[in-house]
Amino acid sequence: MAKEQYTITIYTENNVGLLNRIAIIFSRRKINIDSLNSSPSEIDGIYRFTIVIDETEEVVRKLARQIEKQVEVLKAYYNTNDEIVWQEMALYKVPADQITEKAKVERLLREYGARAVVIRRDYIIFETTGHREETDKLVKVLEPYGMIEFVRTARVAIIKASHGFHEKLKDFEEMQPGSKLVENEFLNKQDEVFTM
Amino acid sequence: MLNTLKLPQKDALRTKTENISGSEILLKAFIAEGVDTIFGYPGGAIMPIYDALYDYQQQLNHILVRHEQGGIHAAQGYARASGRTGVVFATSGPGATNLITGLADALIDSTPLVCITGQVFAHLLGTDAFQETDVINITTPVTKWNFQVTDARELPSAIAKAFHIAGSGRPGPVLIDITKNAQLQKIDFEGYTPCKFLRSYRPKPIVRREPIEQAAALINKAKRPFVLWGQGVILGKAEQEFRAFIEKTGIPAAWTILGLSALSTDHPLNVGMLGMHGNYGPNLLTNECDVMIAIGMRFDDRVTGRLDKYAKQATIIHLDIDPSEIDKNVKADVGIWGDCKETLPILTELVEKGSHKEWLQRFYDCTKEEEKQVIHDELHPTTSEMTMGEVINVMNELTGGDAIVVTDVGQHQMVACRYAKFNQTKSNVTSGGLGTMGFALPAAIGAKFGAPDRTVIAIIGDGGFQMTIQELGTIMQSNVDVKIIILNNRFLGMVRQWQQLFHDKRYSFVNITSPDFVMVAKGYGIAGKSISDRNDLRESLQTMLNHPGAFLLEIMVGKENNVFPMVPQGCSVSEIRLK
Ligand SMILES: Cc1ncc(C[n+]2csc(CCOP(=O)(O)OP(=O)(O)O)c2C)c(N)n1
Repeated sequence: MAKEQYTITIYTENNVGLLNRIAIIFSRRKINIDSLNSSPSEIDGIYRFTIVIDETEEVVRKLARQIEKQVEVLKAYYNTNDEIVWQEMALYKVPADQITEKAKVERLLREYGARAVVIRRDYIIFETTGHREETDKLVKVLEPYGMIEFVRTARVAIIKASHGFHEKLKDFEEMQPGSKLVENEFLNKQDEVFTM
Repeated sequence: MLNTLKLPQKDALRTKTENISGSEILLKAFIAEGVDTIFGYPGGAIMPIYDALYDYQQQLNHILVRHEQGGIHAAQGYARASGRTGVVFATSGPGATNLITGLADALIDSTPLVCITGQVFAHLLGTDAFQETDVINITTPVTKWNFQVTDARELPSAIAKAFHIAGSGRPGPVLIDITKNAQLQKIDFEGYTPCKFLRSYRPKPIVRREPIEQAAALINKAKRPFVLWGQGVILGKAEQEFRAFIEKTGIPAAWTILGLSALSTDHPLNVGMLGMHGNYGPNLLTNECDVMIAIGMRFDDRVTGRLDKYAKQATIIHLDIDPSEIDKNVKADVGIWGDCKETLPILTELVEKGSHKEWLQRFYDCTKEEEKQVIHDELHPTTSEMTMGEVINVMNELTGGDAIVVTDVGQHQMVACRYAKFNQTKSNVTSGGLGTMGFALPAAIGAKFGAPDRTVIAIIGDGGFQMTIQELGTIMQSNVDVKIIILNNRFLGMVRQWQQLFHDKRYSFVNITSPDFVMVAKGYGIAGKSISDRNDLRESLQTMLNHPGAFLLEIMVGKENNVFPMVPQGCSVSEIRLK
């Protein structure tokens, strides 16, 4: 089985230490994490990790099960790139004197879908949002102008086929061995539920 | 962020509000959870809890161990013998780090534990304070769940969660790290509410019938079905359901080392032990069965040998409560996720009554071959030196299979598990997944507290005994009635066996010397005896069993005996060697 890029989406409780608990599932197996993002989810109080790795489907499936085994993880999904819509954001800081010519700036902005976030006398900061190849391309272009700083965020992704967590929950359970197709009856009852 | 208990207070076990310390809340929570015994060792960061314990000695029996590793292994022994959650106390820093081996052992062997560690004051966290260690992060890979309490108001729910998580689903160790300020802090306590569910945690699913129906159809058509069972049967308290299943179908069944004692050893369908030093039939015929039914076991590599040559001809049905085990090592054709206490009765109802006389006879024939080539000489040797097997054999005759047998790790462990007779469940306590030398002595202490009415016999090698020998002090101080058999071969036997077989007999650092164990025992006020003559064996074992209180019996056995059969590492189970 060939390796492929997979995006793992994990819904969790918001507890200190959970990031470590998830990260060591990868490091224990010497699997490199390409990118990792943590953010709120569509459900109040539930967090969402988005992790990108390059692995075979079998490895990813087992990883997802190990992740989901953690007590404070609600669900873990994995998807190939064609099953998701994803974006990464990048920031580029370039010396102003090199790029001062207004026409040049505007052409760059247009051509690479970039936006100037800050324009100062000494430097300009651009921002782009897109896939890795696109953000990488602008790096190449800006390099000759003496780029001062570059940074890119982790991937954030939305699963195309999903109808929100409740529905996804059902999809996932269908893949589980022998599980019943029921919703998690406690999901919307946070106040009555035992949490800390 | 601080969220406290949110359950309606009508569920609380006490309703009167009291203003008490976190430490006292902890102890009240223990009592509410039915805890009767705590294994522990005090220190600076856990002193407020020990101070509170001073007033609770009537309700909570605290056993002072000699090392925190001993404490946690004792709690494991307690849990395994009783089926309840074991509880451990340790202080911060070195106290907590001394728990690590036991946590790893309990996680891999699915043993329910709640470990409480003291921690420095919350305002000192991260400052390299005296005896501060990042216990939460150190223990994350070896706990089912862990949590740091820095405010007493978090305590009731943390403890409630801890017991719920440790004991439900696939059990495991939980660690709660409590900063000293939280132990001292007084809060209004409205009573303890046990935790019944957590939205992110499903201990077991609602059972679905379809896969069970598929499994039943496969079993009904099978010509050579074979059952493998593991500790899941014991943890699920499903021994009866399991027996009903194999008896109705007449399917031969073999056990993993942790499954041992779930079915009595002399049951006609019990065909023996799986894996590296298991029996001939179960290993050989793994590669001949047509339907394999794995119940509450995880296909450890010591059981499967070479995976690409493991039961490739068979259709595999795997029942487990932990969905991550299904398809992990061996791909299941039918996976039945669930508690086997619930799934097995449905399966039993759906399968036809049957017998597999010829197929079962194959196992019996293998047993005969193994008897001839291995077992007879092991149990009735003609050598001048005693064998480990003959010791176990005589022990069986004297105990009738009623004792709890706690083993350490090495040759004696394999021999004891191969030959010990059991007619009650929860009678075999050993470190299976981690193979932790030093486990047996403290685990035997814990087992005695977990099952005080039963005879507890620890069987230990001369090497492993010296790893936790200090727990003789615990036996002395708490008058623990455990019988200790040291099978002394003057070698780190199991490693020596591998060096002999696979490293041209280059005995590299396996020659271990021992103190006079009887004298050491005497120093602790424990009666003892050492024998090397076969003629003294039966009488000495009887003396040991009759002795009121702890007794240490050292038995000198052959120096270079090997454990057979053996599936060499990297070989298929059907390449099992009888010599
Ligand atoms: C803590 C630990 N260290 C090392 C080992 C590796 N090991 C496995 S068996 C064994 C030899 C055990 O010798 P002994 O206790 O004398 O028992 P025997 O095999 O002779 O019965 C060793 C060193 C282990 N299992 N656990």
